[in-house]
Amino acid sequence: MSDTTVLSSHGAVSAGQHPLFHLPGEHHPENGTLLGFWLYLMSDCLVFACLFAVYAVLGRSFAAGPSGADLFDLKLVALNTTFLLLSSITYGFAMIEMQRKRMSATMIWLGITALFGAAFIAVELYEFAHLIHEGAVPQRSAFLSSFFALVGTHGLHVTFGLVWLVVLMVQLTKRGFIAENRRRLMCLSMFWHFLDVVWIGVFTFVYLMGVLP
Amino acid sequence: MSAHNELAAHGGHDDHHHDHDDGAPHATVKGYLTGFILSVILTAIPFWLVMGNVFEKSSTTALVILAFAAVQIVVHMIYFLHMNAKSEHGWSMLALIFTIVLVVITLSGSLWVMYHMNHNMMPGLMHETHKMP
Amino acid sequence: MLDHLDLTKLVFGRLSWEAIPLHEPILLFTFIAVALGGVALLGAITYFRVWGTLWRDWITSIDHKKIGIMYIILGLVMLLRGFSDAIMMRAQQAFAFGDNAGFLPPHHYDQIFTAHGVIMIFFVAMPLVTGLMNFVVPLQIGARDVAFPFLNNFSFWMTTFGAVLVMASLFVGEFARTGWLAYPPLSGLDYSPDVGVDYYIWSLQIAGVGTLLSGINLIATIVKMRAPGMTLMKMPVFTWTALATNILIVAAFPVLTAVLALLSLDRYVGTNFFTNDLGGNPMMYVNLIWIWGHPEVYILILPLFGVFSEVVATFSGKRLFGYASMVYATLVITILSYLVWLHHFFTMGSGASVNSFFGITTMIISIPTGAKIFNWLFTMYKGRIRFELPMMWTIAFMITFVIGGMTGVLLAVPPADFVLHNSLFLIAHFHNVIIGGVLFGLMAGITYWYPKAFGYRLDPFWGKCSFWFWVVGFYFAFMPLYVLGLMGVTRRLSHFEDPSYQIWFQIAAFGAVLIALGIGSFLIQLFVSYLRRDSLRDETGDPWNGRTLEWSTSSPPPAYNFAFTPRVYDNDAWTYMKKHGYVRPLEGFIPIHMPKNTGAGFIIAALAAACGFTLIWQMWLLAGVSFVAMLLAVIIHTFNYKRDYHIPAEEVVRTEGVRTRLLAGHV
Repeated sequence: MSDTTVLSSHGAVSAGQHPLFHLPGEHHPENGTLLGFWLYLMSDCLVFACLFAVYAVLGRSFAAGPSGADLFDLKLVALNTTFLLLSSITYGFAMIEMQRKRMSATMIWLGITALFGAAFIAVELYEFAHLIHEGAVPQRSAFLSSFFALVGTHGLHVTFGLVWLVVLMVQLTKRGFIAENRRRLMCLSMFWHFLDVVWIGVFTFVYLMGVLP
Repeated sequence: MSAHNELAAHGGHDDHHHDHDDGAPHATVKGYLTGFILSVILTAIPFWLVMGNVFEKSSTTALVILAFAAVQIVVHMIYFLHMNAKSEHGWSMLALIFTIVLVVITLSGSLWVMYHMNHNMMPGLMHETHKMP
Repeated sequence: MLDHLDLTKLVFGRLSWEAIPLHEPILLFTFIAVALGGVALLGAITYFRVWGTLWRDWITSIDHKKIGIMYIILGLVMLLRGFSDAIMMRAQQAFAFGDNAGFLPPHHYDQIFTAHGVIMIFFVAMPLVTGLMNFVVPLQIGARDVAFPFLNNFSFWMTTFGAVLVMASLFVGEFARTGWLAYPPLSGLDYSPDVGVDYYIWSLQIAGVGTLLSGINLIATIVKMRAPGMTLMKMPVFTWTALATNILIVAAFPVLTAVLALLSLDRYVGTNFFTNDLGGNPMMYVNLIWIWGHPEVYILILPLFGVFSEVVATFSGKRLFGYASMVYATLVITILSYLVWLHHFFTMGSGASVNSFFGITTMIISIPTGAKIFNWLFTMYKGRIRFELPMMWTIAFMITFVIGGMTGVLLAVPPADFVLHNSLFLIAHFHNVIIGGVLFGLMAGITYWYPKAFGYRLDPFWGKCSFWFWVVGFYFAFMPLYVLGLMGVTRRLSHFEDPSYQIWFQIAAFGAVLIALGIGSFLIQLFVSYLRRDSLRDETGDPWNGRTLEWSTSSPPPAYNFAFTPRVYDNDAWTYMKKHGYVRPLEGFIPIHMPKNTGAGFIIAALAAACGFTLIWQMWLLAGVSFVAMLLAVIIHTFNYKRDYHIPAEEVVRTEGVRTRLLAGHV
């Protein structure tokens, strides 16, 4: 820390006697994007907490309609879960390739992630379509309303993540691994893994507990 | 921080200190694979417990699979989200802990309050109506 | 022909010419007045040719100072609307007894009290508080701007367009008639099939996104952008309370978003979250909305506690007493605010065990606030007190807020609350703490920081008029309500049978008139101060002998705030600098890196509002189009990587030179 007077003024400041009250050069505060995004994820966590709370309170109100045990196909849920979990590590591999600055490898792993994510959504849409076909519509009971709201909100988040992923892949081709793009990839990484964390809650609390008598 | 760095060309900053700017710990293939395998195990067991009707009492099953879920969430936090107490000078961990506390309050608080509300105010729907004063 | 009909329905939904309330004279008159005023304003802007300036320097500005000022303008404009609602209610309740039905039928009166509450909380108090934090915090921590300047601009426009939607409900359609929290089943499709509750939902959802992002922004700013040497325990107390407030915002607003989304699902899709049948449970709405609602009131008051700390220290000429305990008290309040929410619905039926728990936690949460009051008093003790207006507002706050707080602790006792819940006693209590705490604090803060923002102080005479009208008016307006509440009068009634109430309502109406004069005096004060600005000029940048870093800048500060990032050694950084021979640097200026203005925030927010409006009126085609357009606008914005520029060193030299000459002339 230099004490020499980069500045001068009337009644000159002499080194050592008066502390320097400012930085003489340009000051760059630490970038806040990753922290800001993490804080946003915490707020999203609370949205899901609310939806889980609603499901917890209303999840046994079947209104003489079908229950989880009647409706849930656990094999399909296991398939879904596998897709999402796989997409998590493929995104992780993409991040490793990003660290190694290998563009085509990164793009390939991102693409595979997108495919797994799309597969997850496809299975979920199939499941919803089947439920609706059976008459288990969101309007049937509070249980079904809460089910569709919670699982549907998660699915919407995944969908939004997929759109973001595609946009980011385009931006990578245009600008490469500049700092801004790397930050965006890290934000999406946090987002994607966070969705997998929420899914753990969903498949446990909604599906597995839902079929228990 | 010498005056040197401060006055260095602005464009140079990003490349020289890219580790600083990224602020993220380095991920490894080993880390992701470990996390993956643990997650597969921690998912398969709960599915087996439910689909195979392993425990007699539903409540036991419920508690066990919830415990597995909690453990798997921690696995994801460590191996995928690289959660640690150093990230963002401890603010990430602080934010996470605060959020978890609020999630617990929201869930348990709502359940406790609504259980009592339903019990007192919706007697037709509750099976313990004989306990009413 | 069938095709043509379907197309009309698809495009216009349930919007039709009937939505315009031509048959309601009050609304018609208001519309004409607003239209004339609007035309005059637009005409003036055109005549003075300032559209370009408006767009370039204000609407697209990402400067936290400008955004802070715009938030405050929004809050003050909406205060006029919210207060008009209040005056109408007071007028109705002063006269509507027995045969006299008053001038407001229940259908209209119910919208008024709903709008009054929604506007005052979401579009007056929140913007004013956010505006203060936005303007002051970066200056207090020695930063150039907030962490995410673009998001800041976007947040402001989301809030503003939320307000626009509420105002639109006055002239196109109607507003909710459910009270400001819109409990189901009344707010559900069965009992409110009209657009009112939809206006409520979408204006709050849009504004809520703005608030949430603002919360994230300010936390990241305070965590990441403090000047070197400013550790957490060396931050000004206002920054601490801002940090706590924004933590509460990030932690509470998601719950509001989720609950309103579920209510909108019930209304739009026919789900059964809060319905009376098919398993729905309206009590769950009440539970969740108050899990948001209680932290919300602390979001409103905590920044003002920070204001009072700054004001008391400055105008007592003394360091704040008990800095550490102030910080801890703030943090304790932050955490405890999540453990009291049920006290808003003791009477809903959760029973003795639940009620006792929350009654006790509610009483406990009053303790840290009490500690703060003592700290302020101890700061004043043996200080050299200057009774400038901010200090006057602070003293009025201390007396008034303590009374309101005490009635709060009274209400915290469940058996007492069973008698007083939803009576006028409750109304008196929360107006007591909101006006005594939030409003008086805002007046103190605005008066205190006005010279920093505009370069001249506010006229003291009209300020004192405003002060006395407000304080005396408040007591006349709300003390009778305590009496009426204890007499058993219920809230939200537009007509009464018992004539023994009337005198109290008339005293309250008189109080409202005094408050109206207070608001009028404030507006005159703004106008007169502008006219007299040269004689009220703040030339040094430090008109009050302040203690924190914002007073080291010029008034108003340059766009870049500080030519050099300050270095901090102790609390009350500016006092420290003044005491240790700080000399303002006159050379060595370098180019300064700044973010660029952008119109993207305004455009995306406008599209969001369009989406909201079309959803309200069930104009599905346009809703889809505007939603997609909004998404596209966001994506296009992310392709813009050129968001910054450098202020050249010569410009910094020039700006600082102006200040040097001003300071030299002042001596």
